[in-house]
Amino acid sequence: MKEQLDQIFSRHHGTRDALIPVLQDIQAEYGYLPPEAMEAAARFCRVAPVEVYGVSTFYAQFKFSPVGRNLVMVCQGTACHVMGGARVLEEVQSRLGIRPGQTTADGRFTLETVACIGACALAPAMVVNKDTFGRVKPEKIMEMLNGSGS
Amino acid sequence: MGAEASKSKPDIGHQVLVCRGTGCESQKANLIYSNLQDEVRKHGLTGLVEVKFTGCHGLCQMGPTVVIMPAGTFYCNVQPEDVSEIVEADLMNGGHVERLLFVDPKSKEKVFDYRDMKFFNPQRRIVLRNCGFVNPEDIDDYISVGGYEGIRKALRMSQVDVINEVKKSGLRGRGGGGFPTGMKWEFCHRSPGDQKYLICNADEGDPGAFMDRAVLEGDPHSVLEGMMIAGYAIGATKAYIYCRAEYPMAYERSLIAIEQATDRGYLGKNIFDSGFDFEIKLKLGAGAFVCGEETALMASIEGKRGMPNPRPPFPAVKGLFGKPTNINNVETFANIPVVMTKGGDWFASVGTERSKGTKVFALAGKINYSGLVEIPMGTPLKEIIEEIGGGIPNKRKFKAAQTGGPSGGCIPASHFETPMDYENLTQIGSIMGSGGLIVTDETTCMVDMARFFLTFTQKESCGKCVPCRLGTKKMLEILQDICAGRANMRDFNQLMELAEDIKGGSLCGLGQTAPNPVLSTIRYFRDEYEAHIINRECPARVCVDLIKFEVNEENCKMCGACFKACPAEAVTWVKKQPAVIDKDKCIKCRSCILACKYHAID
Repeated sequence: MKEQLDQIFSRHHGTRDALIPVLQDIQAEYGYLPPEAMEAAARFCRVAPVEVYGVSTFYAQFKFSPVGRNLVMVCQGTACHVMGGARVLEEVQSRLGIRPGQTTADGRFTLETVACIGACALAPAMVVNKDTFGRVKPEKIMEMLNGSGS
Repeated sequence: MGAEASKSKPDIGHQVLVCRGTGCESQKANLIYSNLQDEVRKHGLTGLVEVKFTGCHGLCQMGPTVVIMPAGTFYCNVQPEDVSEIVEADLMNGGHVERLLFVDPKSKEKVFDYRDMKFFNPQRRIVLRNCGFVNPEDIDDYISVGGYEGIRKALRMSQVDVINEVKKSGLRGRGGGGFPTGMKWEFCHRSPGDQKYLICNADEGDPGAFMDRAVLEGDPHSVLEGMMIAGYAIGATKAYIYCRAEYPMAYERSLIAIEQATDRGYLGKNIFDSGFDFEIKLKLGAGAFVCGEETALMASIEGKRGMPNPRPPFPAVKGLFGKPTNINNVETFANIPVVMTKGGDWFASVGTERSKGTKVFALAGKINYSGLVEIPMGTPLKEIIEEIGGGIPNKRKFKAAQTGGPSGGCIPASHFETPMDYENLTQIGSIMGSGGLIVTDETTCMVDMARFFLTFTQKESCGKCVPCRLGTKKMLEILQDICAGRANMRDFNQLMELAEDIKGGSLCGLGQTAPNPVLSTIRYFRDEYEAHIINRECPARVCVDLIKFEVNEENCKMCGACFKACPAEAVTWVKKQPAVIDKDKCIKCRSCILACKYHAID
């Protein structure tokens, strides 16, 4: 881990304002923020570890446990709400048997909700990894999940 | 649009514009683009036909879209396998692929030139002037349509003259506040300080607004140019774009734009030999709605929790890293190059007396054509919905339009003619906000809508001040009780009291505006609240706890739509008989209610 972290740190200045970008890079590398990496980030940005914890828990983006191989994000924005986004979420939850923030037992899927992905014209929308799906029909959800990712 | 943006190159016969905004890209626009390049090469059209990818045209509903210029042929819902037909029929033989043309919903006639479409025709594109026409990843394309002329002109003027020009334009902040941009710049310009900062707020957090995303994805250089002009005017040499984490494509294209502008020497030391230094850094947000608030945004850039601070001191005096700072939003910056090249007077000639220029609205929800529309300030809501948006689908009735997202309110049918500008919207209890415009019809429950927004603001409240932290929670609990049929009128009165207290007592805009959706729905749809509380009924049949899931035999037209829609086989129906719902099998998914056109399920 040290080598990877050093490589991440080499792209930043070790100052306070680099903290969030450093954490973002760590998460891009590991999929979440491992505790050792957060401590290393604290030393690098010269802040107390508790500060790193405080900042990272404030933002919705940061995760503290490993995520599944595929990230499913169901949009719950206004347009999606009006167009049936809650139904889509219910269906994904029941199909995968997990709630937002959880990962399936086989480690294949992590489910998250997102406040708006700005694809309002395609509502209801969901994102699987990097693929955006628009006008999602609840009955087509398994197809989308099976079709993308590993 | 069009005339201001498309500059045809004489040596090229056709331009094929492939939209690769988030909407179209999600439907394989990348494949359409590469197929077009292959087909053009295969048919020996290289050099005669230019295939170009662009940002969003705005009509996301009909995506993926391909536009052939200069004819203006607009192909909708294009699939990758349609490409060879487009190349052969249109580009080689001068015809059209008729089945892909847009069909006017009223006249049922095919439209050959997008400029004749009711969606585009009434629009006036200033902010979106280049979106859909320039390649957002090519600085030369932006330059070819007059890009970076505004900053060149500004650098020949004094800082004060630039500010005066912006003041003259009457441009007001497009992020939601509506504060006059020129005045904001003047404060920061006059504020003493060795280092000043400029920030572009691209943390477009309002669910339902996506114009800033579209501008950064479709025309990022116009934002950079706007920022350069602002930086010069106020004397800021360092700038940040704070972009939402949920917009990876906007981030990517902004990054490319900054790199290209830096390579050209448009950013960096001594830009355009003026002696003015200017650099832009891109910061990626980490998912916190409150960071759209300017003091919270600055805390986030500094690497802290994104919590707001009391003002004064205002950012113009003590902002980022304690230095004078000016913050404007993406759409505001995208207007600036035009204000410089065409002049403040020209800009002020568009719009109403106190709201100048245009506004981009993100039109979505229960509307036939959702997408981005840019209209002169003062255009009536009715025209946006009925003409540009093509009306409400499925012959349902317009109920209300929600503007300003979780900080805004709704505009009911009784105000359908309201000219959309800052003053009018405030007067009827809504706000311009960042420009989200969500259309609802009779199947939308306004209490549920208010609950939806409070769920959002309660979750996004940063927790710093008590009225917002606890007040939004209590309000949400009451709203949940109302939707579940557990509330009484005393709770309802408490809801209104809380709303006023939170409005007056919260530290930042998030809390101060969080009660707006509740107050505004109560103002116009009090009867719906009362139906939930007194009659234990949800008139729109949205709040599941209040729906009986019984067929109303008087209204039932025996069409069987509910039978076909039910995924749980809970509906029995035989022809010429009213349907029956088996409550043991019913999973309360509301599919039958959505399918029923006759309001026959109670």
